[in-house]
Amino acid sequence: MNHLISIDDLDRAGIERILDRAESFAEVSGRDIKKVPALRGRTIVNLFYEASTRTSSSFELAAKRLSADVVSIRSAGSSVDKGESLRDTVQTLSAYDPAAIVIRSPYAGAAQLVARWTDAAVINAGDGKHEHPTQALLDVFTLRQRLGSLEDLNIWIVGDVLHSRVARSDILAFQRMGASVTVCGPPTLLPRGIEALGCAASPTLDGISEADVIYVLRMQHERMQESFVPSLREYAERYQIGLGRLQPNQLLMHPGPVNRGVELSADAIDSPQALIGQQVKAGVAVRMAVLYELLAGRPAAHMAVAA
Amino acid sequence: MTRTMFQRTDLPQADLLIRAAHVLDPRTDLDEPRDILIRDGHIAELASPGTLTAPQNATTIDATGKHAFPAFVDPHVHLRTPGQEYKENLDTGTAAAAAGGFCAVIAMPNTDPVVDDVSVLRSLVEAAGRQARVPTGFLASITLGLRGQELTEMAALRDAGALGFTDDGKPVTSAGMLRKALQYQRLCGGVIALHEEDPALSGVGVMHEGPVSARLGMAGIPSLSESTMVARDAALALYEDARVHVQHLSCVESVEALAAARAQGARVSGEATPHHLTMTEDMIRTLDSRFKMNPPLRAQSDRRALIDALRSGVIECIATDHAPHARHEKEVPFEQAPMGTTGLETAFPALFTELVMPGELELEVIIERMTAGGALYGLPIPRIAPDEPANLTLIDLGTQFEVGAAGYASRSANCCFHGRTLYGQVELTVAAGRLAFQASALTKQRLGAV
Repeated sequence: MNHLISIDDLDRAGIERILDRAESFAEVSGRDIKKVPALRGRTIVNLFYEASTRTSSSFELAAKRLSADVVSIRSAGSSVDKGESLRDTVQTLSAYDPAAIVIRSPYAGAAQLVARWTDAAVINAGDGKHEHPTQALLDVFTLRQRLGSLEDLNIWIVGDVLHSRVARSDILAFQRMGASVTVCGPPTLLPRGIEALGCAASPTLDGISEADVIYVLRMQHERMQESFVPSLREYAERYQIGLGRLQPNQLLMHPGPVNRGVELSADAIDSPQALIGQQVKAGVAVRMAVLYELLAGRPAAHMAVAA
Repeated sequence: MTRTMFQRTDLPQADLLIRAAHVLDPRTDLDEPRDILIRDGHIAELASPGTLTAPQNATTIDATGKHAFPAFVDPHVHLRTPGQEYKENLDTGTAAAAAGGFCAVIAMPNTDPVVDDVSVLRSLVEAAGRQARVPTGFLASITLGLRGQELTEMAALRDAGALGFTDDGKPVTSAGMLRKALQYQRLCGGVIALHEEDPALSGVGVMHEGPVSARLGMAGIPSLSESTMVARDAALALYEDARVHVQHLSCVESVEALAAARAQGARVSGEATPHHLTMTEDMIRTLDSRFKMNPPLRAQSDRRALIDALRSGVIECIATDHAPHARHEKEVPFEQAPMGTTGLETAFPALFTELVMPGELELEVIIERMTAGGALYGLPIPRIAPDEPANLTLIDLGTQFEVGAAGYASRSANCCFHGRTLYGQVELTVAAGRLAFQASALTKQRLGAV
């Protein structure tokens, strides 16, 4: 594997291998000095064309804990702001001979394009509404840590599936690990044809009591103006997950950031059934494992040239 | 009669002897090897192979093993002139047409400025007289600036040479506006060609709505965005007894709406593109912006319906919707890229390789539909018959080539067939009696032909 663009780049064994390694990196994060020398002297570029807190900070920390040099670029205030094309930006950054480029873009396929224009390994940190593979890996990691395996789990993904790259990567990753997936949300926010991904689709929460895991998606306020739902009040009434809708043994997940009182009630967020904090924590270890997987076995570019 | 087709006048009328080409013209029922003698731009004689001798000054071309077809007519191209000559101009666009075996093309008016005024049309006509390698006709817009609010001076535009009218690139969203144009057609004539799309249903869509858009997380354009407008406008045409033409049909629902309207007596014709006839939404899994066009590539069932409609004649002509874009415009993420693919240089090879070779359609049907596009605007249909003006193309059906390997005659390279291996390389095109294209030995070599 040269790049991580999509969950489809990984088979089940590949996912297991990355998560096993993430387990050992999680141990590093528990030490006083949270660093290993695995990627010393390598450069990692974070190129973020969209706002991000968790993903950008955890990629940065992951790279630093592997002793890599990190450059983080955000579109605001950079040459991107001055109208530079993605291709020119990538070619400029490639001149620094990075080992990896981590890219977040509002457009589907951006990571794949970047991979065409650079010799660096490319990691998709979210492209449009298409995919967010490292989020899916950390979600699988979190569930595996808690339950040992995803085999035969019944997982419901609830909310704005239409606009969610997390949902798409999670549907693929959860199923690949042996779980069955139902997506649920207002009919206006369930994409036509989503069943082609192998999941079931439901416009109501009926049947969610059978779920082992409820994965709640962020409900963005803009969706009201676009008339996908008539009001947040009606959305919350029909789809909000609170303690009243949570069975005692069900686990609750959310990719963050949460809109408290919209898709999740405060009591649910703070309940011991919620794994939201564990997901964030898993982010660093899993991204260390992804960087390691892509780079550790690969010679630095200048060495490849010398050879 | 007003002139409606324009081309360079400095090219000499051809004197050619084409030896032993397999002539296929579905309209004259000819399907046999012939020597073709072209004198002073006209077909002087057709005779059994080896029986004609070249007169003085005539060039002899050995076409043994090659096919000669009546040259193709494309009723739908974007030559990007005036205003976007960095994408295409009249010279490069018509060079691409000739390289694809076309002897005539009809250019769309969604240029900058829009062809919504006699002065713009006159400047185009004048430029075509200096630059167009094949006869080129022009449609004017239905509404000023394609804004859908006020009619253009349709009668004056017709007098200045406009073949018909279209707001192509955009639908005429208001039924009331379109109705007025259809009524006004009774004064000025000229087929009204329609880009059918309901903007409220297309929304921010960038591809066909279906399983692939669901997988990729890209906003979809549902088929009924097109088909509901086809049904609406066919009803308007029937009511006003107007003559309309539906451009680039893409889905089964539209084909059904067209057939139903025609059965009721509406004077509605339709066209389909080589890419909609040969490709589906699955291509977009590559996320390659070459596959982004409007209307979008749709489902396999839609493609099948288009093939059936082409065979039955519900769709009577093939149009490329040749839509060049510069490399920097297309070299961006799919959702940001402009819609459109080039198509003139690949139309015949794509249809031959993807439809004729697997036995989906007869070669005769493809030739008939590729030559029918001008007739709807009242242009003569090219024929290979004595005394006809020479409009023919010589094609090698037996040799494969890689699309784009030798570059393109078009100024742009955004071809959805780029990199494919196709059969049916065009070797020569005579348009309105003039030699418009001849593949060089060097080109053939670069394409890997043997």
